[in-house]
Amino acid sequence: MRQFFAAIVPAFMAIALPVQAAEVTDFTLDNGLDVVVIEDHRAPAVVHMVWYRVGSADEPPGKSGIAHFLEHLMFKATDELASGELSETVARNGGSDNAFTSYDYTGYFQRIAADRLELVMRMEASRMDGLALVEDDIETERNVVIEERNQRIENDPGALFSEQRYAAQYLNHPYGTPVIGWKHEAHTLTLEDAVSFYEQHYGPNNAILVVAGDVEPDEVRRLAETYYGVIPPNPNVKPRERVAEPPQLAERRLVFSDPRVSDPYVVRTYLAPERDAGAQEDAAALTLLAQVLGGSPQTSVFAEKLNFGPPRAIYSGAWYQGRSLDDTTFGMAIVPREGMSLEEAEAAMDQAIAEFLEEGVDAEDLARIKMQIRSSEIYSLDDISNVANRYGSALTSGLTIEDIDAWIPALDAVTEEDIIAVARKVFDRRNAVTGYIMPQMETEVGQ
Amino acid sequence: MIRLVLGAFAALMLTGPVQAAVDIQEVTSPQGFEAWLVEEHSIPFGAIEIRFKGGASLDPEGKRGVINLMTALIEEGAGDMDARGFSEARDNLAASFTFEAYDDAVSVSARFLTENRDEAIALLREALVNPRFDEDAIERVRAQVLSNIRSDATDPNSIAGRAFDQLAFGDHPYATSRDGTVESVATLTRDDILAAHQAVLAQDRVYVGAAGDITAQELGQIMDTLLGDLPETGAPMPGPAEVGLTGGTTLVAFDTPQSGAIFGHEGIDRDDPDFFPAFLANEIFGGSGRQSRLSDEVREKRGLTYGVGTYLANYDHADLVIGQFASANDRMAQAIDVVRGEWARIANGAVTQEELDEIKTYLTGAYPLRFDGNGPIARIMVGMQMEGLTPDYITTRNDKVNAVTLDDVKRVAKRLYRPDALRFVVVGRPDGVENVN
Repeated sequence: MRQFFAAIVPAFMAIALPVQAAEVTDFTLDNGLDVVVIEDHRAPAVVHMVWYRVGSADEPPGKSGIAHFLEHLMFKATDELASGELSETVARNGGSDNAFTSYDYTGYFQRIAADRLELVMRMEASRMDGLALVEDDIETERNVVIEERNQRIENDPGALFSEQRYAAQYLNHPYGTPVIGWKHEAHTLTLEDAVSFYEQHYGPNNAILVVAGDVEPDEVRRLAETYYGVIPPNPNVKPRERVAEPPQLAERRLVFSDPRVSDPYVVRTYLAPERDAGAQEDAAALTLLAQVLGGSPQTSVFAEKLNFGPPRAIYSGAWYQGRSLDDTTFGMAIVPREGMSLEEAEAAMDQAIAEFLEEGVDAEDLARIKMQIRSSEIYSLDDISNVANRYGSALTSGLTIEDIDAWIPALDAVTEEDIIAVARKVFDRRNAVTGYIMPQMETEVGQ
Repeated sequence: MIRLVLGAFAALMLTGPVQAAVDIQEVTSPQGFEAWLVEEHSIPFGAIEIRFKGGASLDPEGKRGVINLMTALIEEGAGDMDARGFSEARDNLAASFTFEAYDDAVSVSARFLTENRDEAIALLREALVNPRFDEDAIERVRAQVLSNIRSDATDPNSIAGRAFDQLAFGDHPYATSRDGTVESVATLTRDDILAAHQAVLAQDRVYVGAAGDITAQELGQIMDTLLGDLPETGAPMPGPAEVGLTGGTTLVAFDTPQSGAIFGHEGIDRDDPDFFPAFLANEIFGGSGRQSRLSDEVREKRGLTYGVGTYLANYDHADLVIGQFASANDRMAQAIDVVRGEWARIANGAVTQEELDEIKTYLTGAYPLRFDGNGPIARIMVGMQMEGLTPDYITTRNDKVNAVTLDDVKRVAKRLYRPDALRFVVVGRPDGVENVN
């Protein structure tokens, strides 16, 4: 029964699944294209994905939303394909296709019968260096993106609140700007902006090809050489060097009101380290901290202290996303019972954390969570698209295949003491944003 | 340009769609429970999908929401375990159980490792047969349900759905949210929940699909364990719903920048001989799997929405053809005009051979790709059984798609789409949209 709460927490609340049990082959073409092949021969299907190491956090100032807008425009004409032809051709062959943009990556994928891999590879290669945008493409597609923003953000007070909180969390780093772009900037994006971003960042030397399903690595290599191997590296591509956060010295507190809010709640995020190549220990401890503190709605620390006994929360939870190129966040939220103010809810949450830091991690809780992590290796093999996603997102976030392989052992090695130590380190209010969201601007909601 | 590239790939396209590689066994347990099974032993876990027909439509008069609440409480304590004890036991096994109440069924989706399957099944049995429905759990989950109901009351899409269902279904349970209302949920008692459990989770309405590392003999024993101690009979099914929709527009004023619209009218029964032509007509018109005509006109050509689609909504006791989209308040009126125009155009039978050929290659090619993973296969098999299909449907379904002629689609499109009966429900502050009855 988490329907309402699911809208508050980011989608990555579940434990990051391990993936190394699948049969995985990787190699790099001469032009710099990295290739990962994941074999699953149970069904005659394939997932073909190209991930670019560029996302909204790589946008020039004033052009927020251009990474995502370009992702939409990538379905228009290329040197070889008419506008919309790629998707039409995929559909005609019984496949499906789509794309996605995040802070650190932009990805394009097709899912189709395995014997059509060559077809989709040829078309995907065509838009790696051959996008041929015209002015007519711009205005309608910009309107589509504006409607997408309306649907995802403007019509959802929780999403508007989230944008404001991220903007407050990052004083300098572009993670403070929404992936879909600020509304006032999204309205002004032009053809030139899209072409310039494309020419700067797209090319085989800034991409990762992930092919998963009923395929043989040798055949994938032959096809990749044929279609992607002929594309020259893009000389404009530079290593990503993003601005860093200054020391955060002042806690930020936000109050947001919107008449469309039904139940008020409190969210807090702390700036937190991400998974770094070769150094994932803190991220592993934070991943388990999120599970111990606020994973299970029945058995986590928050559940025990806030949902059960004299109940104070309708929902509570904690989350952490370690896969990120730069500093990420550790989040927590509480939706208080009726009659309880947000101040009381926040105090109850803080008290629960203080008690937890004193009491330490329950060994049985940790063993149970680790059992689930180890077992998720087995379950993950059943969803090869998900495995492909995890490789693509990790490799575009500064991690290597070795880091992906090392992730489960890193999670398994985390001790009770590690969890408490990382919590004491990260739970520093100078790094925190605490937000109250409520239907009307009163601090004593529900009193 | 399209022809040129298609020519280049002609050799690839001539290979035809692959066949779905699933081998369904029909299993009967020692006690007589029936299931469909796909054995797949390469990964050491199994998935079982159990559905109890009836679902939330069996809510008694004045008790709307009780089946949803009961279903949410199944995992909140069973046998000698309270909510936390049950959760710990399940997580120690790394098993996953999901219980959901839908309009026409309550579903149980279970996933468990081979290495501790017997313990996982025993635990699931306790939840299904001996749920505790402790008072503290009832209050905790009731508060969550009420929170969800309040959240829906300020969400434009949920508001539109409620208003549309009310117009469509009159006094049938489908007319109201299966979550219930703030008022109805507040008055539900533990006795109501116990009665709902006995009424819904009964042997005379159960369907089972399983896939993964399970043999037929093992599945038989599992079914007897899980289902053998449930009541033999449950509550009677509700009667058919009279679809009360009339042509027009219903505006629900709500302050939000983007309006949401739901539109449709009565549809076509799954068992109707014209169902396949109707299905293809709708896929051409508003299907989600390719660039449908509506998506082309509303999104691609005019940029009026992020997404628009229609589908044949086949409830057990009613059939609709409905669609949905959202547009900024100043563009909603134009989007409605485009949709109404397209509705009228397809109602005239305006479908081309090229459109039909394209949708056939899409649908026949996409069908086998659905069977990807143990959980999805188990769910598909339960759905097929509830629709009264036989296992050979998987191998004949694409033939049924290919057998549909252009004349069939034109004739059935004229029958299915009725512009005069098309009702829009719009939620927001759309410029130039008014109530029309």
